[in-house]
Amino acid sequence: MNKIYLDNAATTKPSEKVLAAMAKVNEEAWGNPSSIHTIGQNANSKLHEAREIVADFLNCDFQEVLFTGGGSESDNLAIRGIAQSSQLNAQGKPHIITSETEHHAVLHTVLELEKGGVIEATYLAPDSDGVIEPNSVREALKKNTVLVTLMYVNNETGVKNPIAEIGKIIKEENEKRQSGDQQQIYFHTDAVQAAEWEDMNVESLGVDLLTFTGHKMHGPKGVGVLYVRKGTPIKPQITGGGQEFKKRAGTENVAGIAGLAEAINELKAQSTKHKTVESLRDKLVAEIVKNIPDAIINGSQTMRAPHIANISFINAEGEAIILNLDFLGIAVSSGSACTSKSLAPSHVLTAMGIPPEKAHGSIRFSLSRYTTEEEIDEVIRVLPPIIKKLREMSPFKS
Amino acid sequence: MEYSKEVLDHFYNPRNVGEIKDADGVGQVGNVRCGDVMYVYIKVGRRPLGKESRVKSSEKKPQTLNSKHLTDEFEEFIEDIKFKTLGCAAAIATSSMMTELAKGKSIDEAKSISRDDINEALGILPKQKYHCSILSADGIQKAIEDYENKKEKSAGK
Repeated sequence: MNKIYLDNAATTKPSEKVLAAMAKVNEEAWGNPSSIHTIGQNANSKLHEAREIVADFLNCDFQEVLFTGGGSESDNLAIRGIAQSSQLNAQGKPHIITSETEHHAVLHTVLELEKGGVIEATYLAPDSDGVIEPNSVREALKKNTVLVTLMYVNNETGVKNPIAEIGKIIKEENEKRQSGDQQQIYFHTDAVQAAEWEDMNVESLGVDLLTFTGHKMHGPKGVGVLYVRKGTPIKPQITGGGQEFKKRAGTENVAGIAGLAEAINELKAQSTKHKTVESLRDKLVAEIVKNIPDAIINGSQTMRAPHIANISFINAEGEAIILNLDFLGIAVSSGSACTSKSLAPSHVLTAMGIPPEKAHGSIRFSLSRYTTEEEIDEVIRVLPPIIKKLREMSPFKS
Repeated sequence: MEYSKEVLDHFYNPRNVGEIKDADGVGQVGNVRCGDVMYVYIKVGRRPLGKESRVKSSEKKPQTLNSKHLTDEFEEFIEDIKFKTLGCAAAIATSSMMTELAKGKSIDEAKSISRDDINEALGILPKQKYHCSILSADGIQKAIEDYENKKEKSAGK
């Protein structure tokens, strides 16, 4: 039987068109885009073409698109870049607002800057649905706030933050500050899990910085984007040559970038997939909850992206469920202790107030545009006996 | 997570899963907060002390000659053992392996089963799973302790 891949929030399979686009660049436009000669300029025109595609996708100018080595690098560049540039001119220590449910690329970066004494930080708690209340952002703003960084779609639960609403709040605050000649607040969102499924228009979102990556949308790994609104001061984190508008040194990964652009082109042709994926995800969740007692859906059921479901199975442990599914050729994931190599339960579920005994049995199912109804039916068929077997092994009655 | 063949075998086909209704000793270790909970049930039997086993255990551990589980004619042993575990693959596999190591052993031998014994028998666990073997070793100790306590109590009556 074919493998069933429901771990698309971890990474997605590169599409055939993406692979072809990358191979083509490696064969025909392998030059250094910074070179003056024709071979270099061929690569440069591929690079520019890709940058225009990304700019169109985000509704911004091509000068506002930086290519990086991936989502984590983009997050680091946004946060460290703002922290370090404002440190130079702001009065006192810059203040950064983030949330407890962020991806570690954001969370650990903010924590490190805070521990190093570079910034002050506020970590917003989500509500029990996993959503950041726009008002909690307003309340956390301080005179020295330079950056608000909040994820668009959570990678563990699929819960969506009201980014556009928060963007409006920050814009209002900035207008007030402009008249008083005060520190401006920049707004960054990690949109890695949103890129394929949600509105990525930086104007309607009201963001100054936005991260996404190729490999969560059937593009290649090792290539990311950081959108930087004109006038947003970021200090480069990789220094060297003057690539990427002097904001990120290093010869561009032209093939990877072309692959990412191809992935975006394919997205545009796939606009109907949102509903299909959503209804498959909903079927999966409904059938699981119907057929397995004590299966609890984690996170908001309204504010969420279409491709992720996070479910806790009381009295069964995450890794044990994953390995049993893997034995049957089904790949899923867990935010629970035992798979993530640390022993603490998921920081996201914990922040939502979910107790460890429920967090330990949580499973993330993440679909893609290639997921079929047959695959969902197969999971629905094999999962109940797995949970039953594990619960029979447990000392607790359920 | 890379598990050895032995770990996966004991995880997918765990040995001695279940409860012993009239167990002589029960060990409860771990807690739900950390994710792993194990209950170990033992049934203790008495068997005539064969010459061979006497020599063997006295060579290995001379102090067992003074053991409360050993007389000149009889020794107590793990007649049956079962477990129930809520936990990850390593927790289930180490529980299963521990019961295999303990079954049929004299109480004194079973007491000395260490995490390293379990670990070795499973072909070494990933580092971050080492605590699971500690839990399993604790499980059998606790079950024997429980048996000893009950025995003392009933002797005192």
